[in-house]
Amino acid sequence: MTPWLAPVTISLLFAAVAHGATPTPERQVELRYLLTQDCGSCHGLTLKGGLGPALTPPALAGKPPEFLQMTILHGRPGTAMPPWRGLLSEDDSRWLADRLLAGETQP
Amino acid sequence: MTAPNQPTTGADCDQVPMRAEWGTVLICSALVLFLLFAVVSKAEAGTLGSGDLALVIERANGSVQIVETTGNSALTRVEGLGDLSHASAVFSRDQRYAFVFGRDGGLSKVDMLEGRLVARVMQSGNSIGGAISQDGRLVAVSNYEPGGVKVFRSDDLSLVADIPALYGAGQHSKVIGLVDAPGHRFVFSLWDAGEIWIADFSAGDQPVISKFEDIGRNPYDALITPDGRHYIAGLFGEDGLAMLDLWHPENGVRRILPHYGRGEEKLPVYKMPHLEGWAVAGNLAFVPAVGRHEVLVIDMLTWQEAGRIAVKGQPVFVMGRPDGRQVWVNFAVPDNDTVQVIDAENLKIVNTLQPGKGVLHMEFEPRGEEVWVSVRDQDELHVYDTASFERRATLPAQKPSGIFMTARASRIGL
Repeated sequence: MTPWLAPVTISLLFAAVAHGATPTPERQVELRYLLTQDCGSCHGLTLKGGLGPALTPPALAGKPPEFLQMTILHGRPGTAMPPWRGLLSEDDSRWLADRLLAGETQP
Repeated sequence: MTAPNQPTTGADCDQVPMRAEWGTVLICSALVLFLLFAVVSKAEAGTLGSGDLALVIERANGSVQIVETTGNSALTRVEGLGDLSHASAVFSRDQRYAFVFGRDGGLSKVDMLEGRLVARVMQSGNSIGGAISQDGRLVAVSNYEPGGVKVFRSDDLSLVADIPALYGAGQHSKVIGLVDAPGHRFVFSLWDAGEIWIADFSAGDQPVISKFEDIGRNPYDALITPDGRHYIAGLFGEDGLAMLDLWHPENGVRRILPHYGRGEEKLPVYKMPHLEGWAVAGNLAFVPAVGRHEVLVIDMLTWQEAGRIAVKGQPVFVMGRPDGRQVWVNFAVPDNDTVQVIDAENLKIVNTLQPGKGVLHMEFEPRGEEVWVSVRDQDELHVYDTASFERRATLPAQKPSGIFMTARASRIGL
């Protein structure tokens, strides 16, 4: 890499993180499956709640996507919600948060 | 009866206009065939036993499959049971009927021999499991929303008792770990309240409730030992388990293995573990550690830790083979493609199987020579020989989860 390219690459990378990159279509399929099956273990297959609270759009109304993203990544200490950052990236979690708020959760 | 003018009866008679008599004959023949089929079906049902049957939850479609474990084959599918994520089942004492507890609060009664739904009630908004009484007369359901237990007659699913799980300043607690116990009792735990309750139905349909408070934070599930004496609730909110001796409830709840993970950071628990009476082998009970990739071994004579076994991931089900020699373990994501087998004598892992992604449940045949495994992501049921670990059968199933064999009908706590 020529020396002048490095800062450009870094700033491009930074821009991608700041704006959030959309997961690839293949990853989106995996994430939808995870949402239904694994989040569904506690929140219900239809996300109407179980041991964990309901994650339907009315239940999440008024919650900023960043809050949901942080909850997914870092969990909620003192509750059964685990941190998913070992399995999900920032982009994954933001994409999931947006799907939940929009109610676009069917596989 | 009006006969159509155009031929409609297929290739054999495609030039013959259908007349009224012809139509009548056809309808009569169909009726005779139908009746004959019904009689034959009924006769066949009459010759079947139910002792080698199992019910498999197909969690995504609200259906269950009925399978038989002698030839390892599928018999039929029953549909219309609602949301079956996290569903479980218990059986009538004659092993004919299954009572299926669905996530959406539905309680369904399924005829295992005729393969049909015979009764269904929506009894709450959100439920987690259930139990059948010692005499088979009552079926109890534990509910998340509204938190409590409802008890029904097993014959017609009519409501007998409603036990709201109220604590503190009138809050409802989610209820987990509901089991039957000798003496016409149901025992269950309150997730939010950290309590164990006994509902005693020995005096009739009005239960006498005994409450045990401060048993520990967030009991997540419970088991009753196969003899029906000890009720053990696992704790999610702190280390250890809470144990109640049902022969001597006056002695209160005792904490066991109180410090199994002391000073060590917990690993994330991506799926809540389960506790079942199957986890008992001889004098040892095998239970999943919470937030640690270990199976804990408890000596039930002393109630002290007898060992801990490092396993591949967060254990979900820890199931003892009926003879107590092996213990099979499955795991939460991302290790839910794996099953490990522990030798209950030397506490070593003797085999690691990889059935495929989404291993959700395992159930041993009543004498333990084979075990059924549900592999959700592959839409398959696998049957393994527990001596050779070879796969004996593979059956298609739609997103299978729990597998429940009718032999549970005669076991306390299942």
